[in-house]
Amino acid sequence: MSTNPVYSKKDFSSDQMVRWCPGCGDYSILAQVQTAFADLGIPREKFAVIAGIGCSSRFPYYMQTYGFHTIHGRAPAFASGLKASRPDLSVWVVTGDGDSLSIGGNHLIHLFRRNVDVNVMLFNNRIYGLTKGQYSPTSEIGKRTKSSPMGSIDAPFNPLLLAIGSGCTYVSRSVDVFTKHLQESVKKMHAHKGTSFVEIYQNCNIFNDGAWAGFTDRGARDEKVLYLEDGQPLIWGKAQRHGFVTNGFGLAVIEVNTPEDEARVLRHDVSNKVLAQALAALDHAKGDPVPVGVFYVEDRPAYDELFQAQLREASEKNGKGDLQKLLNQGDTWVVS
Amino acid sequence: METSPATPTAARQKVQSVVIRFAGDSGDGMQLLGDQFTRNSALVGNDIATLPDFPAEIRAPAGTREGVSGFQLQFSSLDIFTPGDDVDVLVAMNPAALVKNLPALRKGGLVVVNSDSFKTGDLTKARLEKSPLEDGTLDGYRVVEAPITVTTVRAVSEHGLNAKQADRCKNFFALGMMYWLYGRSMDSTVEHVKRKFKPPFSDANLAALRAGHDYAGTVELFQAVYEVPKAELRPGKYRNITGNAALALGLVAAADRSGLQIFYGTYPITPASDILHSLAPYKHFNVATYQAEDEIAAVCAAIGASYGGALGVTGTSGPGVALKAEAIGLAVITELPLVVVDVQRGGPSTGLPTKTEQADLMQAMYGRNGEAPMAVLCARSPSDCFEVALEACRIAITYMCPVMLLSDGYVANGAEPWAVPDVADLPRFAPAFRTDPEGFEPYSRDEATLARPWAVPGTPGLEHRIGGLEKQHLTGNVSYDPANHELMCRLRAEKIARIANELPPTRVDGDDSGVLVLGWGSTWGACRTAVQARRDAGQKVGHAHLRWLNPLPKDLGEVLKRYDRVLIPEMNLGQLSKIIRAEFLVDAVPLTKIQGLPFLTREIAEAIARLA
Repeated sequence: MSTNPVYSKKDFSSDQMVRWCPGCGDYSILAQVQTAFADLGIPREKFAVIAGIGCSSRFPYYMQTYGFHTIHGRAPAFASGLKASRPDLSVWVVTGDGDSLSIGGNHLIHLFRRNVDVNVMLFNNRIYGLTKGQYSPTSEIGKRTKSSPMGSIDAPFNPLLLAIGSGCTYVSRSVDVFTKHLQESVKKMHAHKGTSFVEIYQNCNIFNDGAWAGFTDRGARDEKVLYLEDGQPLIWGKAQRHGFVTNGFGLAVIEVNTPEDEARVLRHDVSNKVLAQALAALDHAKGDPVPVGVFYVEDRPAYDELFQAQLREASEKNGKGDLQKLLNQGDTWVVS
Repeated sequence: METSPATPTAARQKVQSVVIRFAGDSGDGMQLLGDQFTRNSALVGNDIATLPDFPAEIRAPAGTREGVSGFQLQFSSLDIFTPGDDVDVLVAMNPAALVKNLPALRKGGLVVVNSDSFKTGDLTKARLEKSPLEDGTLDGYRVVEAPITVTTVRAVSEHGLNAKQADRCKNFFALGMMYWLYGRSMDSTVEHVKRKFKPPFSDANLAALRAGHDYAGTVELFQAVYEVPKAELRPGKYRNITGNAALALGLVAAADRSGLQIFYGTYPITPASDILHSLAPYKHFNVATYQAEDEIAAVCAAIGASYGGALGVTGTSGPGVALKAEAIGLAVITELPLVVVDVQRGGPSTGLPTKTEQADLMQAMYGRNGEAPMAVLCARSPSDCFEVALEACRIAITYMCPVMLLSDGYVANGAEPWAVPDVADLPRFAPAFRTDPEGFEPYSRDEATLARPWAVPGTPGLEHRIGGLEKQHLTGNVSYDPANHELMCRLRAEKIARIANELPPTRVDGDDSGVLVLGWGSTWGACRTAVQARRDAGQKVGHAHLRWLNPLPKDLGEVLKRYDRVLIPEMNLGQLSKIIRAEFLVDAVPLTKIQGLPFLTREIAEAIARLA
């Protein structure tokens, strides 16, 4: 009979000095994750936090859990091996836009298609921070940085569309400073079986300050952010007067003034992949609202469960392997 | 008719050893033919050694020289260690196979050709103007021309195959002929065909097999027939095994002896893929296989599994090792157990994927950024792969370190008899996972081995962080302290060096003065046979063969000093020679060959003779 210990945020803070730049969005993310972990009701030793390389990837050092700071871009691969072999653990991958979408793009998409029960938090600040300010695979075209003085000519990735397209079974978005929303995002990811993905808009106040300010600042937030709730109408704005309706294969905005208007508004459905893609494709730069919350959920067996099931099935079918018998198999002969 | 009647042995000439080479199109089933003759030879008690030799292309254009696939086998009543220098019998299924392999056939040797495949079109594909059967090419050889295609098609006519399917039975016809030549029972192949093929293909292949056997007898195809008596092997139970299969079994044995799950993370690559194919069905032996998205993910997943308390193993060839280098460095600094299997092939780059080479030694030793010492050991023969795999796993767990196991294409695909070990004689090496939080420090060390504790996620009270940034001695916290970095570099090197404490003294066969032949890996058979030949000729020669390349045996320097000259044969441009020179200031003489093929015995014997 075991009872799970009661934790507070402090129980998940390691004794290591946090060394992100003052004002970095990572501080808030760390605090929300520590708070959320304390509420998940699982023993602390069951958490394994795996990271690659970059500012975000220092995360494990600050968590009082098992942690592994690996190599650039490969955290999903380490996490896959760990989770396949140890399905009892709660495995979290912390990564950034460079780590997961540039050098580690391959591992991320394969994690998604396999649907390993791992939770991926992608801190997206649209810049390379640790290497001091080059454009990243989510930087907008035309971005002027140290490595793109005339403006970046690389088209950016849309992380959510990439996740949906690669077969990720839980796709969500949150923001570093949306403290409660982020805590809830973390808890929901934990509850999902299979790969859970959250893109976290994160501010790098040194190299790309204000990248998301247009809709994350307190003033803009209420007007621009569309909070996704399964089954709820897709309505946003301070006065809740904007809504989405279908228009062919896409979305169109209507003014919501009457109950009739409201009835026309599309309701969010996390099982609708086409809708999820349409919402993920919205572009703040073109005046679209910015959806946060859960875009898409799919129920599909997790890789680690299938992996373990085959191991079990083989043992049930053949019995526990007898090594001596195995060595003696094949075309054998005896010399006396 | 289960039992095929063998020719009466009275008429048979007894010979000690025969080297036979089967050659045909890569789609002709030459590897299957060779494999069947090998198993049959093993079952009659011959010692055997094989050399499959095939192109990288799955099906190069039929009939061309580029598409020729070969399989060489030596079977003997003596204890043999190589597939033989000179071919006694060449079976050539087409002109391309004939002209490509004829240089290996000894003068006076027997060549059996499929005379149906020497038409103008066949000759054109092989870039020949005249038929080698008619232009004097085969003068000085004993030639047997057999209409293999036509006779095969006739023999299988009642089984309802189409023309192409009937044609594909001709390797069994050729096999039947060879069984007749050496007076073999065909039972082993009959059983194999029944097990592996479904009707009507099983019946057709058996009809072809018997037709070849009967044809050889009926038309008195061969002037003389032969028998190779049993070899005098040490008593015990034997089975015929390839290097890759033995290596896989060694890993399965490691799961059994350590009590750990073996997590084999890999990405398909020639010539290592067969290890994965062998392991995949052994899930009930606590062996999990993980086919990753690429070489890097394969090693990372293996390290992830080791982090969780399994033993991560990754198998690859040289190009894969190059891709894995950064992750192996992470295993070095995080001091987690890991076994990296490198089945070496011709390089650089894609190189010669299906050919053998030993040119990854420097990569194994030094191919990582920073001071990243790694334990390195190698397999000397197909059956040795079993022991070496077991040893690699034991060292990885005991010392908490990555271990590189070097095999190569020759050892991996070659086969030999293996004395099946008694499981009770194999070492046990269950790790002691750390569970006690009292005084736990992630980078404290065992006094003897310098291994750090293995504290796996899920253990209450031992939550800690590891990673690729330099570790502070004992605490494992990130440290940029200059003196600490030097201390840690030295500790990691010292840990690997200490493996030498448990290595046995270097075994030297032969004389303790004169020339020392110092080899490593798959040159073992050729070195051993060459040393014996030179000693028989009166020269003073000793032979030492290294299993461990890092660390080297502690007594190796002393051993080297006993000899006037040291000869180091290796299938590269002199990599071990450089290490031995650097380590011991010994004027070692390199003997190098880098042709994608193993050494011939005489190549080494001649080099030894030159040092007399």
